[in-house]
Amino acid sequence: MISLTSPVRTRAHGWPAGAKLLALACATTALFLLQPLWAQAMVLALTLVLYALPGRHFLGHGLRQIRVIWPFVALLLVWHAFAGNWPEGIRTALRMVAALALANLVTMTTSLGDMTDLLHRLLAPLRRIGLPVGVIESAIPLVIRFTPVLIGKGRMLLEAWRARSPRRANWHIVLPMALLALDDADHLAEALRARGGLNPLTEE
Amino acid sequence: MERNVAQIALFAALIAALGLVPKITLAFGVPITAQGMGIMLAGAMLGAKRGFLSVMLFLLLVAIGLPLLAGGRGGLAVFAGPTAGFLVGFPIAAFVTGWFVEHARLRHVGLRAFIGAVLGGVVVLYAFGIVGMSLSLGKSISECTMLMAIFIPGDLLKAAITGMLVAAIAKARPRALGWTANA
Repeated sequence: MISLTSPVRTRAHGWPAGAKLLALACATTALFLLQPLWAQAMVLALTLVLYALPGRHFLGHGLRQIRVIWPFVALLLVWHAFAGNWPEGIRTALRMVAALALANLVTMTTSLGDMTDLLHRLLAPLRRIGLPVGVIESAIPLVIRFTPVLIGKGRMLLEAWRARSPRRANWHIVLPMALLALDDADHLAEALRARGGLNPLTEE
Repeated sequence: MERNVAQIALFAALIAALGLVPKITLAFGVPITAQGMGIMLAGAMLGAKRGFLSVMLFLLLVAIGLPLLAGGRGGLAVFAGPTAGFLVGFPIAAFVTGWFVEHARLRHVGLRAFIGAVLGGVVVLYAFGIVGMSLSLGKSISECTMLMAIFIPGDLLKAAITGMLVAAIAKARPRALGWTANA
């Protein structure tokens, strides 16, 4: 499973994940408090500079990550052009793109390991008051492991379908996939139990 | 304990897999993301509590940077975009779907799952999604409802398929649905 972290090493990769998230929260709040159009434009321009600093590959990769936003930008601009209050449309669009781009920047510069470490620390207070958060953390690698397994099985089902039917595969494929997931869950539970089980008791 | 965690994890993986398995087209040729169906299934199959946890686990993995949303999207950006409300609504949708199937007094398993999926995966999910979109785009609730209305028929269809799937799963793996025992 490939995470969305950029393979282009930047200086920000080394920064603590908590600090980056806190900065993101502050920046996004500021975006909503800033009213003037030029300020919103400044933030977006600054964000683009941050994207461009690590080089062309990082910029291209980053812009591809946020491409889903463009239809919404187009929608806003057309809508406001018809309504006649285009500055409002531009302001909302600028804010939306900047918020999305900044959040994506944190994802691109933070490794999966750093994120799970941060999660571990964030969950610590819950652990101290006796919630079985250890189970959450042990479930994360299970999902990471089993997603490709299920995707692989889904692909095989699709191929089996194509080999036998002239029609395109449709929603019927979801039934065997769900059954496979249920069976895998039973096997996994047995395997976990056989190895001593999950150990929430130490945390509980 | 292990069985619960395993099912929660496997359904989170199933939701992810349904978003990444290429093109599932409906009878009419309308391409849909089967991911929304995964949310409904998690609620209808696992029940309110475990369905909710399963979807939360899925979102947690998306947030820490795995590209598990339909179309290979993920990371923190999806929680800042105009469709973030739908993501916030996902676990609630699974919870409501699960709550309904657990509490409804309907003999027909598939019908129960269908109504649960409509309540959770359409009514509740769109309520969250539309409020989120209205906040992000600066449009009124009714304007956003109009924007999203074209997607509602597709999601109703997904709820119907979920009902059929749950009825079929209940036949194939009678023990898998915890809540059918007290029907």
